[in-house]
Amino acid sequence: MFKEVSLGQYYQADSVIHRLDPRVKLVGTLLYMISLFVFNNIFCYAVAALLLASVMMLCKVPVGYMFKGLRAVLFIMLFTVVFNVFFTTGDILFEFGIIHISKEGIKMAVLMLVRLTLLIVSASIMTLTTTPNRLTDGLEKLFRPLKLFKAPVHEVALMMSIALRFIPILSEETDKIVKAQTARGAKFDSKKLIERVKSLIPLIVPLFVSAFRRASDLALAMEARGYHGGEGRTKLYPLKYEGRDFVSYIILALYVAVIVFLGIMSARIVAFLTPENSYLTLFF
Amino acid sequence: MPIIADGLTYVYGSKTKAKTTAVDNVTFKINDGQFIGLIGHTGSGKSTLLMLLSGLIKPTSGTVYIDGEDIFAKDFDLHSIHGKVGIVFQYPENQLFEETVFKDVCFGPKNMGLDKKETELCAYEALKLVGLEDEVFYQSPFDLSGGQKRRVAIAGILSMKPKILVLDEPTAGLDPAGRKEILDLVKNLCREKGMTVILVSHSMDDVAEYVDRILVMNDGRLEIDAVPKEAFKHKEELEGFGLALPQVTQAMIKIKEIGIPVRTDAITVEEAANEIMRVLY
Ligand SMILES: Nc1ncnc2c1ncn2[C@@H]1O[C@H](COP(=O)(O)OP(=O)(O)OP(=O)(O)O)[C@@H](O)[C@H]1O
Ligand SMILES: [Mg+2]
Repeated sequence: MFKEVSLGQYYQADSVIHRLDPRVKLVGTLLYMISLFVFNNIFCYAVAALLLASVMMLCKVPVGYMFKGLRAVLFIMLFTVVFNVFFTTGDILFEFGIIHISKEGIKMAVLMLVRLTLLIVSASIMTLTTTPNRLTDGLEKLFRPLKLFKAPVHEVALMMSIALRFIPILSEETDKIVKAQTARGAKFDSKKLIERVKSLIPLIVPLFVSAFRRASDLALAMEARGYHGGEGRTKLYPLKYEGRDFVSYIILALYVAVIVFLGIMSARIVAFLTPENSYLTLFF
Repeated sequence: MPIIADGLTYVYGSKTKAKTTAVDNVTFKINDGQFIGLIGHTGSGKSTLLMLLSGLIKPTSGTVYIDGEDIFAKDFDLHSIHGKVGIVFQYPENQLFEETVFKDVCFGPKNMGLDKKETELCAYEALKLVGLEDEVFYQSPFDLSGGQKRRVAIAGILSMKPKILVLDEPTAGLDPAGRKEILDLVKNLCREKGMTVILVSHSMDDVAEYVDRILVMNDGRLEIDAVPKEAFKHKEELEGFGLALPQVTQAMIKIKEIGIPVRTDAITVEEAANEIMRVLY
């Protein structure tokens, strides 16, 4: 019952997307998300979906994994759809008692649905193709300029990577202690809440003791090896941009340009595509 | 309460790609009061086997019979096994959690549903058995020395009065004096209290000196099952598993190689000394 502590959600595979510099992926995902929020017309979404689809094809991660994240927000999605459909006012399509469904409502609901899906899937792809350690490295590098304002960028990054490193250790430790206490007759599956909480004490106390011990051992070991903060520290695997990273930045720039262009021009395109009273208006 | 392992097999990560068969079709029978040494190279599946025997994990196939009962049968209450088979994990002091030594040792019997008086009696006896003085009973277990903590942890198991005691490298990380004390304690439990003991160890010397029977594991399989003297005749096989003979036995083999006609089956210092005396005088 305590075993399924998932470790981020990295999916091991060998693809261009996996090999991309984490900074590219971080910046890319961020810009992508912003683009989804700033422009909400069907053309921009089409281009965004196209980009995402090509990344999905390249990344060699089973499609199921990429959509798993959606399950977590399923409820929110349903909620948004229902609210948008029923409570947006506009041209009424059907009416049924107090319920009235408008053209604008359906349009909003569909757009929200698409937007959420694109958002979640893009974030999933980033975490699926980047190990937590590379993500931390990427964040550290990206936020490095903040050091000018005395922000403890290196320290925060170090804390993050230590925390990540400790997750599997602690989960293994938890497993061991659960077994040891079970052998002493402890029951961790009581139905009553109070008993259940109480039964966790024999687990939590040793876990904390060992976490503190490990933390102090680690601090000693780091000091003994001459760790003195981030100044002048070099990396074992330094982040270095390569050809593919520059290509990705160029693609990203093109994407942004296209999206901005479409965003600004969308009104005109709609006008051009939809003569009066065409059924197509339903979509725009 | 004889223990029978019948075709025991355990596979880690059976649902994932990375499968490890930690225990592979192991079969044996252990009678009451035997002192068993379980040895094997690191990763050979010793700890996994112990957890199977004490019902903490369910085998992939095969089963364990304790007292003639299949402990993994559907209608068997696995919780009831915890009072019968006591397992002392590697570094058992990591499981201490109570405010005082005494309370910690009470945890087991209390979980078994004994009333307060019985619980305290069991705890007291167990603490005495492992040789702890009354002064430490009301100290925090976290303030004790490593060796003392280990004893408290062992007492925490003994207080449940198991008939079968299973220990996973109980001497790891102790100094020679501490090792000897723990091993003597375990030997006493077997010889005087009549417990069945299964002891996992990396040290051939410890095992040679104390146990009645040796089980050697390699890569999940049970390769040798014999009394110590017999087991140590398989020198090449043992070395193939990454295990060495007891130092005394190795020394006797060296002595023989230089031409002194000693027998090479001595496994304790005492036996070796006697043998050398016999040849010299
Ligand atoms: N929780 C686990 N998940 C996956 N594999 C495991 C797990 N625990 C052990 N293994 C694997 O099972 C095999 C046997 O492990 P086990 O701990 O039983 O060995 P051991 O003989 O006790 O070793 P040691 O002497 O180092 O304690 C090893 O190959 C190990 O990598
Ligand atoms: Mg082990």
